[in-house]
Amino acid sequence: MNIHEYQGKELFRAYGVPVPRGHVAFSIEEAVSHAKELDSNIAAVKAQIHAGGRGKAGGVKIAKTHEEVRTYAKELLGKTLVTHQTGEEGQVIQRLLIEEGVDIEREYYIGLVLNRETGRVSFMASKEGGMDIEEVAENTPEKILYEEIDPLVGLTAFQGRRIAYGLGLPKKAAKQGVELFQKLYKLYLQTDASIIEINPLIITREEKLIALDAKLNFDDNALSRQEGIRGYRDESEEDPKELEAGKYDLSYIALDGNIGCMVNGAGLAMATMDIIKHYGGSPANFLDVGGSATRENVANAFRILLSDENVKGVFVNIFGGIMKCDVIAAGIVEALKTVEMNVPLVVRLEGTNVDKGREILANSQVEVLSAFSMDDGAKKIVKATKSPQ
Amino acid sequence: MSIYVNRETKLVVQGITGATAKFHTKLMKEYGTNIVAGVTPGKGGETVEGVPVFNTMREAVKKTGANASVIYVPPGLAADGILEAAESKIGLVICITEHIPIGDMINVKRYLEDKETILIGPNCPGVITPDECKIGIMPGYIHRKGHIGVVSRSGTLTYEAVHQLSELGMGQSTAVGIGGDPVNGTSFIDVLKGFNEDPDTHGVIMIGEIGGTQEEEAAEWVKENMKKPVAGFISGVTAPPGKRMGHAGAIISGGKGTAEEKIKVMKAAGIAIADTPSTMGKTMAELMNK
Repeated sequence: MNIHEYQGKELFRAYGVPVPRGHVAFSIEEAVSHAKELDSNIAAVKAQIHAGGRGKAGGVKIAKTHEEVRTYAKELLGKTLVTHQTGEEGQVIQRLLIEEGVDIEREYYIGLVLNRETGRVSFMASKEGGMDIEEVAENTPEKILYEEIDPLVGLTAFQGRRIAYGLGLPKKAAKQGVELFQKLYKLYLQTDASIIEINPLIITREEKLIALDAKLNFDDNALSRQEGIRGYRDESEEDPKELEAGKYDLSYIALDGNIGCMVNGAGLAMATMDIIKHYGGSPANFLDVGGSATRENVANAFRILLSDENVKGVFVNIFGGIMKCDVIAAGIVEALKTVEMNVPLVVRLEGTNVDKGREILANSQVEVLSAFSMDDGAKKIVKATKSPQ
Repeated sequence: MSIYVNRETKLVVQGITGATAKFHTKLMKEYGTNIVAGVTPGKGGETVEGVPVFNTMREAVKKTGANASVIYVPPGLAADGILEAAESKIGLVICITEHIPIGDMINVKRYLEDKETILIGPNCPGVITPDECKIGIMPGYIHRKGHIGVVSRSGTLTYEAVHQLSELGMGQSTAVGIGGDPVNGTSFIDVLKGFNEDPDTHGVIMIGEIGGTQEEEAAEWVKENMKKPVAGFISGVTAPPGKRMGHAGAIISGGKGTAEEKIKVMKAAGIAIADTPSTMGKTMAELMNK
């Protein structure tokens, strides 16, 4: 789960990581009044959306007067911001962070992320602050410092010192840095974060470190035990269909094709998309109904699929293991009692309780093109969606 | 021969009183798996499908001599189940549970570093040696005894591969699902090593997916060490970057972990890649007949 920069900075404050003074604003008036409260020579007006690249896309403005804050707030609120991470459709700006300006002497990059190769959290740092870290890693990997964190002891002081000296922090700031790095790891651990990035972490002329940005991401699997983090969720930033699917414990991702897919298992769901493409079709979505879906969940999955206007045909590809074929079949029959189906439906069932599942479909009024294999099903649905109706 | 599980396997089912566990305990028993115990805290003294239930793993292992466990407990409690199994000195733990917090798995992996216990999964379908022992949630009837080893990050794609092999008359030595999580126990390389040393395995199918670099590392290992033919498949060629495709570990991030890259490295290591998921069996058959 993603959160906004201003929410990330709230967490930083709570863990003693210094951030500039600032407030979130939902309206132009709020933005101006927060700027007045700040009483700072310059104020940053920062668009709050769940995507990086905001600065380059014009989502961050520096205002010298309260009137300029008003002008920028007016310009940004309600505007659709397109960054390299939002996709073409962009994201509507509904919140702004109004923040005091700070003197920047130097910029650094700090990141905590899971290293999948070692199964440990990796602390990363670089002098190339403000730059796209993926580019730095690609072009000049030697400029990134790494420390692997042993979960037994956490990020140790000596590791913190290695990073601080590696970044070339002056003596006073080095001491502050070690504490700051350890506080960040504590935050990462206690909130079940999956990413914490500060880009840039800055040092002022007075040799004080301040987090100028905050990018935090949390492990969805741990949200059930992270009540505070759950409260930060902003559903307006998420795809409505993906959100609805999530309510029924379905894993759904919208794509731009016209063949709706319902599959059990993530690997098979991806492979189903791949084989549709292989035969010249185009998948409208990724949908994994998971292993523990009930008949109702399956019915809801089917409704979500059919609510996509682009869908010209549906391919159900099930290889039952923990998922039982009869549950899938019953769910389809139930969904089609309430939703009209005007497009072809190809169903391939195999695995646990396959005979029961086939029987349910055969005894129903549902019009089904049966497929005897994944290959057969993919060919049938691609053909059915291409032929004139 | 086979790897990980066989007729000697004595299984304990952790979380045996849950609905899913009960259902699969029945199916595993019907398949012929020797289930000697179940564990659910607070339910000690009960029986499930004729299997005695204990309160703790230590007690279950001591009283029954179990040498493997399978975990069906809910995600918030599953990591503790793995730790308890390892502490009871059981040799093999297979964790079916999906959605375990990553932070928990980081601790589990660290705890297992100096233990003898092998962890398979989590978020996996389990391990089966056809006609001998089935541990997990895979449908038993699709398997045939034979000489192809199967290893995969995806449960349902494992079934797909096994089904295709069986229909072509090629049985399996052992099929292993290593799971779709970013932090897991047994890796592709671990399983490939096992198959390489198993005289009854004559060829291997390896099924990967987008995200991480396990497939690339395995391909390097195959190139240097593997004495047997390997066929492969990678799912997610059409997956958009930055999106988690169902499995917590299936994500292309920062341009890393793409299907194209994995396929390229695997081909370079001499692995025969199936064009579509429906030709995994055929690709293996062609390789074996060369």
